Amino acid sequence: MAAMFDHLLHNYEEAAAIALLSIGFCMLLFDRNLLKKVIGLDIMNSGVFLLLADRGYIAGGKAPIMAEAASEAVRYVNPIPAGLVLVGIVVSVSMSALMLALTVRVYQTYRTLDVDHLYMLMSHRRKGGRA
Amino acid sequence: MAKSDSPFRCWLRGELDLSAQLQTAEMPAPPEGERYEPRHHPALIRMIARQSHRLYVALVAVLCAVLFTVLLLTAANLPAYGDGEAPTNNEVSERYVNQGVEETGALNAVAGMMLDYRAFNTLGESFVPFAALCAVTVLMTRGRRKHPLPPEADYADYYADPIVHTMCKVIIPVILVFGTYVLVNGHLSPGGGFSGGAILSSALIIYAMVWGDQRAHGAIREKTVRRTMALAMGFYVVSKTCSFYMGANGMPNPISAGVPGRIFSAGLILPLNVAVGLAVCCTMYSFYMFFRRGAL
Amino acid sequence: MSVVQNFPMFSIVLGLLCAIACFAAPRAWGRRITLALLLLSGVMQGCVLWYCYVNQASYRYQLGHYPAPWGSELTAGLLEPGMGLLFSVVMLLSVIGGGRHVGHDVADGKQHLYWVAVDLTLAALLAMCYTDDIFTAYVFIEICTIAACALLAVREGGRNLIASVRYMVFALIGSSLFLIGVVFTYAVTGQLLFPQLRQAVAALWEAGTYRFAMTVAIALMTAGLAVKSGCFPFHGWLPDAHSQATTASSCILSGVIVKGYAVLLIKIICRGLGAQVFMATGAQNVLLLLGLGGMVWCSIDAIFAKRLKVMIAFSSAAQIGYIFMGIGMGTAAGLTAAVLQMVSHAITKPMLFLAGSQLSDASHGRMDFPSLRGAGHRNVPAGILFTVGALSMVGVPLLAGFVPKLYFAREAFALGWQRWPVLLGLAASTVLNVLYFLYTAVLIWLPQEADCRFKPVKPHWDEYLPGFIFAGLNVAMGIHPGPLAALIDRAVALLGR
Repeated sequence: MAAMFDHLLHNYEEAAAIALLSIGFCMLLFDRNLLKKVIGLDIMNSGVFLLLADRGYIAGGKAPIMAEAASEAVRYVNPIPAGLVLVGIVVSVSMSALMLALTVRVYQTYRTLDVDHLYMLMSHRRKGGRA
Repeated sequence: MAKSDSPFRCWLRGELDLSAQLQTAEMPAPPEGERYEPRHHPALIRMIARQSHRLYVALVAVLCAVLFTVLLLTAANLPAYGDGEAPTNNEVSERYVNQGVEETGALNAVAGMMLDYRAFNTLGESFVPFAALCAVTVLMTRGRRKHPLPPEADYADYYADPIVHTMCKVIIPVILVFGTYVLVNGHLSPGGGFSGGAILSSALIIYAMVWGDQRAHGAIREKTVRRTMALAMGFYVVSKTCSFYMGANGMPNPISAGVPGRIFSAGLILPLNVAVGLAVCCTMYSFYMFFRRGAL
Repeated sequence: MSVVQNFPMFSIVLGLLCAIACFAAPRAWGRRITLALLLLSGVMQGCVLWYCYVNQASYRYQLGHYPAPWGSELTAGLLEPGMGLLFSVVMLLSVIGGGRHVGHDVADGKQHLYWVAVDLTLAALLAMCYTDDIFTAYVFIEICTIAACALLAVREGGRNLIASVRYMVFALIGSSLFLIGVVFTYAVTGQLLFPQLRQAVAALWEAGTYRFAMTVAIALMTAGLAVKSGCFPFHGWLPDAHSQATTASSCILSGVIVKGYAVLLIKIICRGLGAQVFMATGAQNVLLLLGLGGMVWCSIDAIFAKRLKVMIAFSSAAQIGYIFMGIGMGTAAGLTAAVLQMVSHAITKPMLFLAGSQLSDASHGRMDFPSLRGAGHRNVPAGILFTVGALSMVGVPLLAGFVPKLYFAREAFALGWQRWPVLLGLAASTVLNVLYFLYTAVLIWLPQEADCRFKPVKPHWDEYLPGFIFAGLNVAMGIHPGPLAALIDRAVALLGR
């Protein structure tokens, strides 16, 4: 247990990423305001990206711009996680834009951003029977 | 204030009050027929919502706590941070770092990996903003009727502010130059299509914000944006298809990698970066315009 | 290399190109381009399937100039082109059958975007089937999610928006969980391509290092895909989304898209992680129980549904439970039955949605059960199609729905403690299916009341063509399931190689 805790302290960046991720996840699930859900989503994705970027770090490594060949003296960090984070960021931006467009339309139509309220409206209205 | 005076002089004399212009007006009410009429009393709906909310909160709290604990334990089980011997530093990343310059011609190993080694992944990635643009267009364009443009008075009129207006005239060319630099230097330095395109689009967005979207609509036509986007994405797909086809069928790569470090090197990476940059620029600008006025 | 071997790559790229073409071309062309794409894609998948069937082997297709762990790859065995063929055909028939509703439900200015979304969905589904790279799979999952949201939100009308919001929130949670799982997997193995990943995972599991992280990663990836395909208890979004969309979208959403995620899950289990390691984590038992829960719970929900399309959508959620139960059985025969269930559901559910919406058109667009009384008399072909679909869903012999149930039940006897839960779940779900589907099938054939205000519809037979093709496939699969089951058996065997 103590060894595990020590390792967690050593992996402090990952622990921070997990904390960020959990905050975003809680926001996404707890918050009733649709706009804040979108913000939570972004925080959560930042956590994932931090986690992923950490995995590429090598102590003492430089950014992988190969001005000089890799050798004993010059070590570069792993470029794969950087590329994956880049992909993830593009996906996350697109998703945020889509969610915000949905939010705008919902507000224009129902004048509320409270999701519980929206779901209630929906389940009550279904009794009307019209398609 | 006298009509002949420029706003700048008025502002210098302290006659022009800019604070009123920075306040955004209320959202216009939706047109009749689109407004939703609740069938039940709002108080009843609120009460039921509150009741069901309690159970939900309890369940979700447990879920979040469990997830947090499990993920923390996993973080404690992962290879050590910054460890050069971790499983991720295997033959795959070694080849990207050691032979990347020779094989792709790109000094930036991330660009080489994204646009040459793992190009299929990036091809999919560049279609994510395109798909999102289509979805946003679907959502933000209104129904069958020709939607009216919201009156300009709804928004802060930055054009009247001489500071903003003059500064933007200076800064927009700088942003454009910087964006182009990031775009075409993607294979030599940090940057590339996505970041360069985002920087370029910020210049267009500033233009639309300050000069008003009517003027931006006139200067940057909807058709132009759509054609640029289609051409850039089409070029990307077609050139990558040829490259996939030749690679799979054992044909040699016809485009040489060039001399690493030169601007015209790294084969397809530079044109691909430009294509992605144009597409991203159009996408971001379109997002802004759709949110601002519901149309390009 | 044979020309046919290029077809998987060509079909994916063609889907993307057609999406761009629909986006930029004059608006009237969108429908034609999409129909041509779906047809061509079906032909190409058929060729690949034939090629792999003749050679009895799967092959790997290198994308670009770099071999496996460095570059990306596609794999085609029997399962991938088979599912690709199924998806193309079902989407083609759905788009033809729901075409009139698309013209009616979607504003003129957005029609071309609807076809863009259909093309992107096809490309993403094919890429999810064929890809051999776990991160590429994630990217195409996201494209599929966005395109599905566009398909859903394109219909004008208030409730549609709430359904879209709900769908997106669940979909985003699902893809985030999947991404975290991928990150953990990459962190402990350093590989992203399935064959290398499987070796690395097997070596790790043997050595016993990072076992906890690997288990969590497997659980997260499975949970993410389960959320996205609407597995119980994460099915909350599914009935709203599938019932609110326009008819063609409903068919595509419930007939095809949820299956794309399930195929990807099967591929990840068999090719990416290795079935042994997956079984060792015990995740399959959780899937089995969730599947059983979905089969019963969603069927009960369907009984209480007030409108026809909602009932059909709840039935979809229940049928997805069958698929997850099959994956959770953890045997090759269980997987075969799960794939059979996918096929039978994919050819039955769109037929039900098409016929259901035609019946509701014969009742002034009303979806509630009292209005639908006697609708079969007003629109005879739609009534016949709905009855065939309902009987197939219930599991009447000689129809497609019976086949997977038979295989599930046969496989259940080979299991250990899971035997009785599976058999009981199958029995309970079938009884519940009988309750709601037979009730509806009888209701639409009841004699109409004398003062009925709905007029009979004069059927245009071309509109029913897709429905009758679905019905024909249904009967063919029901009468002679042997060859199909043998093909799927072989496909599952090829997958693990």
